[in-house]
Amino acid sequence: MMNVAILQALLFVVVVTALTKPLGVYLYAVFETKTPPLPRSLGRLERILLRLCGVDPLQEQSWQAYALSVLLFGALGVLVSYAILRLQPHLPLNPQGMGSVRPDLAWNTAVSFATNTNWQSYSGESTLSHLSQMMALGWHNFTSAAVGIGVALALARGLTRRKESGDSPTLGNFWVDLIRALVYVLVPSSLAVALLFVSQGVLANFSSAVEIHPLEGVAQILPMGPVASQEVIKQLGTNGGGFFGANSAHPFENPTPLTNFLQLVLVFSIPAALTYTYGKLARDQKQGWVLFAVMMLLFVGSLCAITVAEHAPSAALSQLPIDHSAGNLEGKEVRFGAAGSALFATVTTAASCGAVNAMHDSFSPLGGLWMLVNIQLGEVIFGGVGAGLYGMLIFALLAVFVAGLMVGRTPEYLGKKIEAKEMTLAMLYVLIFPLCILGLSAWASVSPSLLSALGNAGPHGLTEILYAYSSGAGNNGSAFAGLGTNTMPWNITLGITMFLGRYFMLIPVLAIAGSMVGKKTVAESAGTFPTGTVLFAGLLVFVILILGALTFFPALSLGPILEHLSAHSGKGF
Amino acid sequence: MLQRNCMYAIRSTVVTLLLLGLVYPLVVTLSAQILFPVQAGGSLVVSDQGLAIGSLLIGQRFSSPHYFQGRPSAAGETGYDARASAGSNLGPTSLTLRSRVMKSLAQLARDNPDQPALVPVELVTASGSGLDPHLSPQAALWQVPRIAKSRGLSQERVRAVVFELTESRDLYVLGEPRVNVLLLNLALDRRFGRKVDAGS
Repeated sequence: MMNVAILQALLFVVVVTALTKPLGVYLYAVFETKTPPLPRSLGRLERILLRLCGVDPLQEQSWQAYALSVLLFGALGVLVSYAILRLQPHLPLNPQGMGSVRPDLAWNTAVSFATNTNWQSYSGESTLSHLSQMMALGWHNFTSAAVGIGVALALARGLTRRKESGDSPTLGNFWVDLIRALVYVLVPSSLAVALLFVSQGVLANFSSAVEIHPLEGVAQILPMGPVASQEVIKQLGTNGGGFFGANSAHPFENPTPLTNFLQLVLVFSIPAALTYTYGKLARDQKQGWVLFAVMMLLFVGSLCAITVAEHAPSAALSQLPIDHSAGNLEGKEVRFGAAGSALFATVTTAASCGAVNAMHDSFSPLGGLWMLVNIQLGEVIFGGVGAGLYGMLIFALLAVFVAGLMVGRTPEYLGKKIEAKEMTLAMLYVLIFPLCILGLSAWASVSPSLLSALGNAGPHGLTEILYAYSSGAGNNGSAFAGLGTNTMPWNITLGITMFLGRYFMLIPVLAIAGSMVGKKTVAESAGTFPTGTVLFAGLLVFVILILGALTFFPALSLGPILEHLSAHSGKGF
Repeated sequence: MLQRNCMYAIRSTVVTLLLLGLVYPLVVTLSAQILFPVQAGGSLVVSDQGLAIGSLLIGQRFSSPHYFQGRPSAAGETGYDARASAGSNLGPTSLTLRSRVMKSLAQLARDNPDQPALVPVELVTASGSGLDPHLSPQAALWQVPRIAKSRGLSQERVRAVVFELTESRDLYVLGEPRVNVLLLNLALDRRFGRKVDAGS
């Protein structure tokens, strides 16, 4: 059992690592060369789309213009999705006659998809029409991922462009990055892999529900819909919003262990490749590999912990006459088993994806703890598409700063001085996140209107609350789904968390990029702390873990840690 | 700056919305229906009379002793409701989970008096989707004595069906070995005749 789990995980690590360089080179060619060296027809499509949007590809933007573009596009996206969800009954492709989505739920859902979170307070099969799935949600799956790539590139450009070598002191053009990410990266790969998914059994139709006359018992109604087109980008764009309530646990979304594996490779592919792209931008691949190594190390550590935890019997069932050799299978599918579910859970929480192939609420206390930690470390273990890279780069600046404090020199990163302004912005980035999570969790745990949503009693209930706000602020989107969040107070507060977790963190990132891009590059000296080394990777891991632990350990000790200790002493709730 | 970027935002919203929200899903769905019509339509199993009797991917509730029974399901009030896919979401220290499982164990012990004492864990745990179509080979084999007795067959013949229909791991290492409950029961009916009286 465990041996196969190790082989499956190893295969995953090998495939992701092998894809990093070729994909990273490809991304560099797409975004950083004047004429992308790619199929001519795609180039034509790019030019047509840029003309339709009225964008001049040669005009670059300052950080303010880049940030304004992101915010305008985001705001418009929320409005459009909100309108589609509200007007659902009056729009076509609604064979089940789904009604209008309630205002609080429509707000939550629109923000959720626009921010790449894909938190789902609803269940797709009982709430949404095919058109809403395609236009209100599927559309954001592409664009929110493209926005993430754009912001990551803007920060990378800010850090790596050199005035001295004649680089322009701008951050690129958001609209060009957006269109290129769609035309060259997200759409072609989604098209190809979607058909592969259908061959395995993923749905692809616009039919109304099918009535089944089973061998025994009452009729079963199977909901139908255009699942395949959404399924690939849901993973590739680290979105995670399922067509059905059960997400990737649903056999129509994730029918075989093979699709399961491919879904996971899709999740990590772009975040991993972007580290290589970053190395190319920095003209020093070591800078990219250091980030990759830190991500991989944190990922493998957490994967081991979750895999071991889920192979043990569930605490609630441990004394009963049960053969537990398959592990903790409550909330897990037979075809994936404990190993395939643990791998999925680690990837989805590390990468800010949020799709689930097993119900996280039923994971063991330690499995739940590690998933929560993956999110609370700031979604930088590969992280969301783009968001993982820019988050990790902020931590790199912090690590350089810490190193500078230790040796008493002005810290430098890639030859540029890190000064008070950048550190202030970086701290802003780092502090918004726990403020949202801990502040709202504290409020929710004493507010009766929010507490009534709890699906489990005891410390597990607190974990449900913590997980919800962490998932929202980290733009993850997975849930301890026993928490019934489809109520007005939850929909509104989670919507706010997701909004802050995306846009309020992305503004300091772009401001740092803007402030760094104009700085002089100073020559490397004997006192420079090199950032392409194992020592720096170690320091970076240390900074990430210390910051996460200092911030969240007290809360975690009252949730999953207390639950683990109670389970050990045989206490149930 | 604001005015110009507002214009870009509106135009690119319209362009991407139409391209990604309409054209792309239409292209994928239509080509999928041409290339893989059966899978795209839900992998339905159709009876000789032309009725859809199930999907290969979606579990059904079986309760008769002469059929293999799938896992407990938390989808909908009675389980296996495909309009309400869900897990139980009961936590690892939940007393509700514990008492639900104890009830299942008691029921299984009543229905399967001849089986070994230890019940395979998936027979008492609800799946993530509530629609899990599979059992592990062990969980299927565990039920063989009951089915053989109810159908008046030797255990070997029933066991042979399980072995025949067991799917191994994908690419040797991905996922777990499994057997499709609907296919198992269809095979039982086809080989040993449909039994309509008892239980149902």
